[in-house]
Amino acid sequence: MNTPEGLKYASTDEWLRVEGNVATLGVSDYAQDQLSDVVFFEVTVAVGDEIQKGTIVGTIESVKAAADVTLPVSGKVIEINEELANSPELINSDPFGAAWMIKVELKDASEADSLMDATAYSAFCETRGH
Amino acid sequence: MTEPTLYELSSPGRSGVRFPKSDVPKYELPADLVRADLPFPELAEIDVVRHFTHLSAMNYSIDKGFYPLGSCTMKYNPKINEVTARLPGFAFTHPLQPLETIQGNLFLMYQLQEYLKEISGFAAISLQPAAGAQGEFTGVKIINAYHKSRGDLKRTRVLIPDSAHGTNPATCSMVGLEVVHLPSDARGNVDLVALHEICDDTVAGLMLTNPNTLGLFDENVSEVIEIVHAAGGLVYGDGANLNALLGIARPGDLGFDVMHFNLHKTFSTPHGGGGPGSGPVAVTSQLADFLPSPVVGIVEPGTEDLPPLYGFTTPTMSIGRVKTFYGQFGMLVRAYTYIRMNGSDGLRRISEFAVLNANYLLSKVRGKYTLPYNRTCMHEFVVEGVWPEVPDIHALDIAKRLMDYDFHPPTNYFPLIVHEALMIEPTETENKQTLDAFADALLKIAEEAHTDPELLKNAPHNTPVSRLDEVKAAKELVLCCWLPENE
Repeated sequence: MNTPEGLKYASTDEWLRVEGNVATLGVSDYAQDQLSDVVFFEVTVAVGDEIQKGTIVGTIESVKAAADVTLPVSGKVIEINEELANSPELINSDPFGAAWMIKVELKDASEADSLMDATAYSAFCETRGH
Repeated sequence: MTEPTLYELSSPGRSGVRFPKSDVPKYELPADLVRADLPFPELAEIDVVRHFTHLSAMNYSIDKGFYPLGSCTMKYNPKINEVTARLPGFAFTHPLQPLETIQGNLFLMYQLQEYLKEISGFAAISLQPAAGAQGEFTGVKIINAYHKSRGDLKRTRVLIPDSAHGTNPATCSMVGLEVVHLPSDARGNVDLVALHEICDDTVAGLMLTNPNTLGLFDENVSEVIEIVHAAGGLVYGDGANLNALLGIARPGDLGFDVMHFNLHKTFSTPHGGGGPGSGPVAVTSQLADFLPSPVVGIVEPGTEDLPPLYGFTTPTMSIGRVKTFYGQFGMLVRAYTYIRMNGSDGLRRISEFAVLNANYLLSKVRGKYTLPYNRTCMHEFVVEGVWPEVPDIHALDIAKRLMDYDFHPPTNYFPLIVHEALMIEPTETENKQTLDAFADALLKIAEEAHTDPELLKNAPHNTPVSRLDEVKAAKELVLCCWLPENE
């Protein structure tokens, strides 16, 4: 299971890449592996929306299940990966790269500090099996 | 595919009908209304009959074999149900007929209402909802209407355990309420600590399936209902798993406020292939006025010489209609027949045998498959379809391999809280030989997974088509053999 260093991870299996006061959101390799083949992806928020921590910002459907994507921090949506809805299989093939979902301007940068680092998240995944 | 399509069987000029010579003048359509690209297949009647007979023989159904699809209660549908549903007095009546001419139908609906109230322990019922999910929608609309009628407008949240059917959160979204997920505890029950924390005056209610989708009776059910009631919320009972409780426990007595029945599960009406389903909703007396209209009642009491006159009534604060006319009447006839054929002692035996069959099957596979919650099960159970020593084998591979042994696969990847879930519900209608054969297949597959995993990865091998491309099926929604040229 790939769990890159330098990212923050949520217990709901999203990753955040924090650069200054901007955070990029996606879902982890563990999440895509559990979901198996993704067939649909949709962002349910719009650029400019002020999002509260814990809000659902997207939906993923795979051949096995449907899953919500939750934003684990509060912030304002500044960019959406429009391409991902057309090629949702990128969530399987490149979860930490081309399959980024949205970028948000953080309201409170310290919120990201409470998320897990790569080591803690790997250990967390281990407890849940593969 | 071993059966060609109708287009492949087609031969130009072949026809199943011979038209008589026209005895009216020929009229040419304007050229812009005529199309040249409508390639209907051309076949004789015998070609069409054989084609569809071949296809039907490839289908799998409960009349053909064991169908342990967890949570769906795929029990045998007794043929007498089909006899009664076809009686001319039921089959050839029209919903717009004068009441005096359909008293037999209304009597049956009234009696079915009484039976279902007795079975569930509720005070009032509507037979109208068309299926389980619409029953849920109706029930949650009733809960919402109840709070609003009291001026209690803050209650916008519905609590839903993480083991719930996906229809529960979908229902709440459809009604415009907010879904709050409730975790399960280590025994698979609702986590009471979490429930206490979440419950406040914004909670409209909680939706609970008991036995839950793990096939476990929620041992905290009384406490759960007390906590929600104490916070002013109502408790919805998802009747999907009622097959485990008939004649043993009544949801109304347990304190539930609303529940729906799945006549197509518990009461043996057809299921799958379009059913249609039927999802009556029962409520306590405090919610009776909110039921969808119409409900069947006695509009004129009987005398010594005359039976009562049955008719339709509209509850005073009804949420309105949820379906045209009076529900799935043909299914009501079948469910009524089933209840009458079994009687109250027979209904209890149904649940006893459903629970016994599930526990027998579980006892045969325990140790070979991981049980996430090691308890005595109710009418179904969930195992993990994965072994740490063969990580490439998944629940889906086991499900597909079961088809090679002539069994319908169990439900897989649900409930979501179980890793690689396989959810198995044998129902009461299966005998010991069938259960033994199925258990043997599961044990054989567990062995194959370790000795010859490719056999599972490439399964099924003995079916008309091999493993389907599920990604393609979900993404390329084109079923047509041909498309008009200009598209």
